[in-house]
Amino acid sequence: MNNSLWKDAFNRLISNKLSLFGSIYILFIIVLALITPLIAPYDYAYQDLDLGPSGPSALHWLGTDTLGRDLLTRMMYGSRVSLMVGFLATMVALSIGVIWGTVAGFSGGKVDTIMMRIVDVLYGIPFIIFVILLMVIFGRNLILLFMAIGAVEWLTMARIVRSQVMSLSKQEFILAAEAMGVSRVGIIYKHLIPNAIGPVIVYATLTVPQIMLLEAFLSFLGLGVQAPLSSWGLLIRDGAVSMEEYWWLLIFPSLAFSLTLFSLNFIGDGLRDALDPRTSDS
Amino acid sequence: MFNLILRRIAIAIPVLLTVITLTFLMVHSAPGGPFDEEKAVSAEVLAKLNERYNLDQPLSVQYFDYLSGVLVGDFGPSFRYPGRSVTELISIGLPITFELALYSILFALCVGVLAGVLGALRPNTALDYIPMSTAMIGICIPSIILGPILILIFGIWLGWVPVSGWGYMPGDKILPILTLGTAYAAYCARLTRGGMLEILNQDFIRTARAKGLSETRVVVVHALRGGLTPVIAFLGPAMAGLLAGSFVVETIFGIPGLGRFYVEAAFNRDYTMILGSSIFFSFLIVSFNLISDLVAAALNPKLRD
Repeated sequence: MNNSLWKDAFNRLISNKLSLFGSIYILFIIVLALITPLIAPYDYAYQDLDLGPSGPSALHWLGTDTLGRDLLTRMMYGSRVSLMVGFLATMVALSIGVIWGTVAGFSGGKVDTIMMRIVDVLYGIPFIIFVILLMVIFGRNLILLFMAIGAVEWLTMARIVRSQVMSLSKQEFILAAEAMGVSRVGIIYKHLIPNAIGPVIVYATLTVPQIMLLEAFLSFLGLGVQAPLSSWGLLIRDGAVSMEEYWWLLIFPSLAFSLTLFSLNFIGDGLRDALDPRTSDS
Repeated sequence: MFNLILRRIAIAIPVLLTVITLTFLMVHSAPGGPFDEEKAVSAEVLAKLNERYNLDQPLSVQYFDYLSGVLVGDFGPSFRYPGRSVTELISIGLPITFELALYSILFALCVGVLAGVLGALRPNTALDYIPMSTAMIGICIPSIILGPILILIFGIWLGWVPVSGWGYMPGDKILPILTLGTAYAAYCARLTRGGMLEILNQDFIRTARAKGLSETRVVVVHALRGGLTPVIAFLGPAMAGLLAGSFVVETIFGIPGLGRFYVEAAFNRDYTMILGSSIFFSFLIVSFNLISDLVAAALNPKLRD
């Protein structure tokens, strides 16, 4: 891979103030989520029923909920669930989409037609309904949740990768590799995937917030993560229930979640500009 | 054009069949029968119930029975509301959800197109930056946050509008429409701006201006037609999103529409209701996608290939 290309892209990315802010915020949230078990002020299931709901104070920086659970602790543990679902499901979607798209684009002909027709048909299916069905029928299992979400979010990825591969595979260096007797698998791994990776990274970055949103959406409806475990969606739901008296329960999780969505979108936009300077965002 | 219609319908039919088959198999593979949670029912009663709801037949027979029912709009009886059919429940909820979605999309179109046109006419000025940054915020804040925050500010703190209901009190429709419509207004604004910027640079617009037409006429009559194509292509997926969004908005505001019925059915494990409304939702979404594709093709000959 061309190093100076990535260096240029990196420089362009951090010269964009919004993307820079987004990257710093996301890094901060990820590090915080990783070390949560070490630094969380309380246990996530610890309840102080005598205290009950209390506003922000020195003991509980962001206040406590109706059962006297520390909000900061619940938000930190919630971020682990939200981020894990977002990133793992994106990885699942990424793997399926890249393999599907590469095989379709590289094979061409009938194989391509059949594979892309399958994508067309799946595209028409409203998957939010299937994810809800899965949750209802097989229980609220976290692993199942992100597997299900990942398995439905790969379609656009497959289309992007396919069109990249198709335009790349007509270029001379692929022909040269073929002429030198490099195997198909070798061409796919050594030449096609590394060169098609730019738009894939951009789309993957934009998929993470979409998936986190879907998880929050399900948890908000009560069909996702269950207490005492928490996720940002669940905390926002709890906050919405009791916002009339205890506004902080709604405001703080909402703020953390919105900022995360903003940041990921800014990083995605920044990456798009950085990796492909021709398409500045309109 | 005729070919395009045929091709789109040729994709829509397998989509619907896949949806019906998948949902049917998923619901029937659910662990436990629909009457398991009920307190001990005698074997005799259970057999009667199974017979009544057709559950004693082999799966393939049930499937084809169900399929032929769906074709004539019969989704079977509800498990949780005895004596009511799923079709009946859907027809109670549908008009309310439809009204909510319609107002939201109208709100999104009015606000979004106006902001987008202004932005495109005066690119890179305050008239462009302010609406477009607001649009970015509108896209990023999800309805599960926007809804409660709007209730908190305008319903509870300021007390301007009712915080729940639909048509019970004057003004109770405002917050649900804002909650559901804002993100789409933001998308419409961005799409309109992009589409208009591209169109306004083209030769036929220069010709129209050179003919001495007023700026209003150039924009409204000549540019909007092409500039709105991306917005119209977006309306199909937007309707799909609006229906999914109605799950959240109807739950937050206590609106007795289809979205809330669906979420309640999911909680109550009312399997026939889930099955029926899943299929119905899918049918709506596939149809809206089809219509918006065809309208976009009718407006833009380049899409007809």
